[in-house]
Amino acid sequence: MTLGIKHIVRFILLLAFQVLFLNRIPPLHQFIVPYIYFVFIIWLPFRISRAPLLLISFTTGMLADFFFITPGLHAASCVLIGYLRPFLINLLLPKEQTEWGAEEPDRKTMGLFTYGIYLSIMTFVHHFYLILLEWMQFGDFIYFIGKLSGTSVISVFLIIIIDLFIKRNSRNR
Amino acid sequence: MRNIYLFLLRNSVLILFLTLQSVSLYFLFNFNRFHESALNMVASDIAGAVYRNTDKIEAYLSLQSENNRLREQNARLLSALPAGNLLPDTGTTLVTKKFRIDSISVGGQFQFLPARIISNSVFLQQNYMIIHRGRQQGIEPNLAVVGPDGIVGTVVSAGANMSTIMSLLHRQSRVIAVLKKGSGLGEISWDGKDPGLLNLRKIPTTVEVSKGDTVVTSPYSDKFPPGYTIGVVERVEKDQETNTYLLWVRSSIDFNTVQHAFVVKNRLQDEIDQINKTIIKE
Repeated sequence: MTLGIKHIVRFILLLAFQVLFLNRIPPLHQFIVPYIYFVFIIWLPFRISRAPLLLISFTTGMLADFFFITPGLHAASCVLIGYLRPFLINLLLPKEQTEWGAEEPDRKTMGLFTYGIYLSIMTFVHHFYLILLEWMQFGDFIYFIGKLSGTSVISVFLIIIIDLFIKRNSRNR
Repeated sequence: MRNIYLFLLRNSVLILFLTLQSVSLYFLFNFNRFHESALNMVASDIAGAVYRNTDKIEAYLSLQSENNRLREQNARLLSALPAGNLLPDTGTTLVTKKFRIDSISVGGQFQFLPARIISNSVFLQQNYMIIHRGRQQGIEPNLAVVGPDGIVGTVVSAGANMSTIMSLLHRQSRVIAVLKKGSGLGEISWDGKDPGLLNLRKIPTTVEVSKGDTVVTSPYSDKFPPGYTIGVVERVEKDQETNTYLLWVRSSIDFNTVQHAFVVKNRLQDEIDQINKTIIKE
């Protein structure tokens, strides 16, 4: 129960940070629009099963879409990373899902290097699909590549900064 | 039958994934229909409530600059009043720009309804704004929206108290425009890159265009009041294939900071629509 409330509060904070701060600051460059809200999906506990994970991802994306006024765009990307997450974790950490407690992906539970790879792949896949869908509507290939690399780097950078300042796994154990 | 059931059970996660993907993509590629759906009403209610509250704080922080802008606009309006200039013949401009907006007087083709912009973005490919005015205040889809310095966009959907505006910074936004010095009819669009630069296309190369020319809304536009500033030409390029110019226009409105806008209602819209219908029929 406390776990559920903790995640809801975290989701609200992340979405508020995205919508009220990141969406409002003047862009550094036309290619760079950092996204942060999808970290919520990255940080969900290991033991969550796959069907609820997909539904949570879809809801996360749809709520973000309400604020971006782009129905479906963020939902599609979030569902994709929600689907890939269990495969990626199994690939990086050879351990059964049930062996984990309420632990979340973290630099302590996964190891710094593995966590970095996990974070980067999830961010890259999310941005790749998101910007690909945007590009399919208004074609411009250089724009696609430039925006993908610029935005991914800045997003990962932001997530790492947030990760360094917030201790997540120390409580609620 | 049992096999089918087992197959579905084994692949239930994959099927759920594919279903959610299709739902998302359906929303994305049927965007125009989404605007009319009930889901959009819920969405704009949620987003609107959040934006309305944060807007209060933001509005307070930028009071000074906003006041200055409104003061400048007031000065421009005052100098445009008929009492302000005693020129003997100012015929056409005065008729199209009458400022009386009460319902009894006949004059004044355009009615300006003030509205606050409570949400805005400039860096996406499809930028929308939300204004705190809706159907109950007389806003309808397809009305023009102008700001204190220039035009802002078009209303795409109107809720009870909130409306969504397609900003000029939208890849599908098209507005008919002319050069202020007279000739040349073109179309304003946006290439999705710099939020301060708009594109003006379709002006034939026979017209002389130079850097610094002002671009205004065309009298042929049925939504926008004629002669409203859009921006200033910043870069001129010729497209050899079509014999038209490709002009970059520095937008006169700062989309980053715009907070007040006027929704423009054309009183003759019904008549214009009817005439257009008869033209299409014949």
